[in-house]
Amino acid sequence: MEVTRTKIDGDSLRVRQLKAQQLLRGELEDADLEREVEQRLLFTKLETAQNWARKNALFPLGFGLACCAIEMITVIGSPRNDLSRFGAEVTRFSPRQADLLILSGRVSVKMAPIIRRLYEQMLEPKWVIAMGACSSSAGMFNNYAVVQGADKFLPVDIYVPGCPPRPEALIYGIMKLQDEIMGDPSMGWRERYRAEGTEEIA
Amino acid sequence: MTEALDVPYRERERSVTMESIGEEHDELLTINIGPHHPATHGVLRLLTTLEGEIVRDVTPIIGYVHTGIEKSCEDQQYWKVIPFVERMDYLSYYFNAMAFCLAVESLLEEEVPARAQWLRVIHLELNRIASHLFWIATGSLDIGAITMLWWGCRDRDLALDLFEMSGGQRFHTRYFQVGGVIEDIPPGFEEMTRKFIKTMYTRIEQYLSLLDRNEIWLQRTKGTGIVPLETLLQLGVTGPLLRAAGHPWDLRKAMPHSGYENFDFTVPVGTVGDNYDRFRVRVEEMRQSLRIVEQALDGLPEGPYITANRKVALPPRHELATSMEALIHHFKLVTEGFRVPAGESYAAVESPRGELGCYVLADGSSKPARVHVRDPSFVNLQALPEMARGHLLADFITCVAMLDPILGGVDR
Amino acid sequence: MPDATGLELIAQRVRESVGDDSVTDTIFYRGRATLDVAPQSVHDVIAYLRDDDQEPWDRLMSLHGVDYLPAEPRLGVHYELLSMERADRFNVRTRVGVEDPRLPTVVDVHPTANFQEREVYDMFGVVFEGHPDLRRILMPEDYEGYPQRRDFPMGGEPVIYTFNEPKLPRWYD
Repeated sequence: MEVTRTKIDGDSLRVRQLKAQQLLRGELEDADLEREVEQRLLFTKLETAQNWARKNALFPLGFGLACCAIEMITVIGSPRNDLSRFGAEVTRFSPRQADLLILSGRVSVKMAPIIRRLYEQMLEPKWVIAMGACSSSAGMFNNYAVVQGADKFLPVDIYVPGCPPRPEALIYGIMKLQDEIMGDPSMGWRERYRAEGTEEIA
Repeated sequence: MTEALDVPYRERERSVTMESIGEEHDELLTINIGPHHPATHGVLRLLTTLEGEIVRDVTPIIGYVHTGIEKSCEDQQYWKVIPFVERMDYLSYYFNAMAFCLAVESLLEEEVPARAQWLRVIHLELNRIASHLFWIATGSLDIGAITMLWWGCRDRDLALDLFEMSGGQRFHTRYFQVGGVIEDIPPGFEEMTRKFIKTMYTRIEQYLSLLDRNEIWLQRTKGTGIVPLETLLQLGVTGPLLRAAGHPWDLRKAMPHSGYENFDFTVPVGTVGDNYDRFRVRVEEMRQSLRIVEQALDGLPEGPYITANRKVALPPRHELATSMEALIHHFKLVTEGFRVPAGESYAAVESPRGELGCYVLADGSSKPARVHVRDPSFVNLQALPEMARGHLLADFITCVAMLDPILGGVDR
Repeated sequence: MPDATGLELIAQRVRESVGDDSVTDTIFYRGRATLDVAPQSVHDVIAYLRDDDQEPWDRLMSLHGVDYLPAEPRLGVHYELLSMERADRFNVRTRVGVEDPRLPTVVDVHPTANFQEREVYDMFGVVFEGHPDLRRILMPEDYEGYPQRRDFPMGGEPVIYTFNEPKLPRWYD
């Protein structure tokens, strides 16, 4: 039987696999061990890992009210602006299985208690994105039939302005929500322009 | 009962038919296919009375997205009403604005220039295509052909790109104004539209090859949701539902506006009036709309894109630097708006869902006293109980998908 | 549209068949023919126009309400009729006051009026006698008031500008 030996190069996949195997078995010595730990291991807190998993696997509740719902379906369903890049393509229609409520559209007075009930049925942790001008602040409808902003009865995390917001704007809002889930929400323009001290204090 | 258990399992299964289930279950169950449900055509609540799996009665309950648009319009100047009215039937936004503009133009007795009319026709037909694409995307999603969702949304993005070129926004562009359109089309629009038309012809062939000879699709849509033609007429149903049942009523041919009589297109008419006919009528309408857009682009006349009457339309910006009257007109129009002499008018257009009519009551001031939109989905929804009786629940969902209600128009 | 003389002829025929006091006015403005009828004879007029007239108007396209606030009687209900064979439109109008807004229903003549009469009841308060299911359609069932009347307030919230900022309570107070 012919046995051929081939030399494997320094950093190929096979070498990395063998080194990881040696690390786990405890076979590496001092200098090798330190180098391996520096290059290949990641230390983190449990909360951070949990948040990282949560932000990359958001399950939106399939819920659309009005015109913004069309843009939301474009974001979820269109190949150009594709939400599955962010892991959020699985829209669950049962509130018990979803964790992101995207309020897309105008919230009328008749619909508000139903949305509240849906929100309460969702399990922790849950987030709300108010998409569009009508759910953020009633938009152009300052009248008897529209609740003036969804934050009157729901805690809202992210407001996405626009009438309707472009799909890119909604994706930007979801990315900001992902930052917020990681526990590192940026203050937006105040941070970029170093404008601390411009917040309004009631 | 013991005899049934002695029979091997497969034979027991074959002996269970729908009729025997129907005879044993005679208790009726009323469930709520609530305002939040996956067949997302908006927030429609259907109070369904089921007997087993068969729908015996259904009552649609609406009002969950009622926005009081008609009352808000009474507080706005006429050109400010246009964004409000656009958001009623939110998939066919140009049609809402068109009906309102036609009604106000008939009150003002305003002549719309030819180029504006043809531009309006181009945008209306592109919007019809976009609306039908979204209908086929979500309707197929309800029935189960999920590939159509991706395809429909992909092609709809191309149409929305065209709207973004001309109007600046994908949706609700407030492109139509009283007297014409707000801006001329930019260079490159015509080229992109022709490319879109060519792409869409092949894409429609692809949709039909996916759905039309598909055994599952045919079994689900053929023969379901039939309503006799006389019932449809009495219920005031218009649009593709009426045409699928065999009645060739299309406002573009019967009472044309904006130069529709100059275009050569056919109106697809079905024979039986089941869901399959509705599907084919709408797909064929998409093709005819492509023909109209092509003819309109070929024959687009030169000229102004909005009426020259300075009392109604804003003067062009370059005149503001030289002419005092233009400045005064601009000021009056922007702050107060144009006044419409007292009177009432009703104008109707053929939207993708049926007859969309707009009633305007003017009282001489710069704000309308009443704006009412006769929405086709609102009236077509009355045909839903007729369509649903006696069908299985899955076929009932197909009926809702093929009915194509848009709840923004239903609730206004 | 029937022109002005056609409108007068229609009014004459309606007066002959339904009753002398049924037609109160005829209006022809900007190409639109409107027949003003007395409230109690609406059902008979619409039925006559659908069935017996020489030029039948067989489809009801829209039934909507209007509040003509400074002018009395305040509430108007419009019936927008269509004839598909002749591709023509016609309008019938009644006016009722706010004190006793009752009208006979036309659901038996045109079943399409079902939802539309409910909407007029919901928004204006006009009670249609004989309607099978007259309840609110767009507002919640227990809502009080008729929103689209002109004296009903618009609602909503006052918008906060700098001049009224100190006076308005804000949501975080």
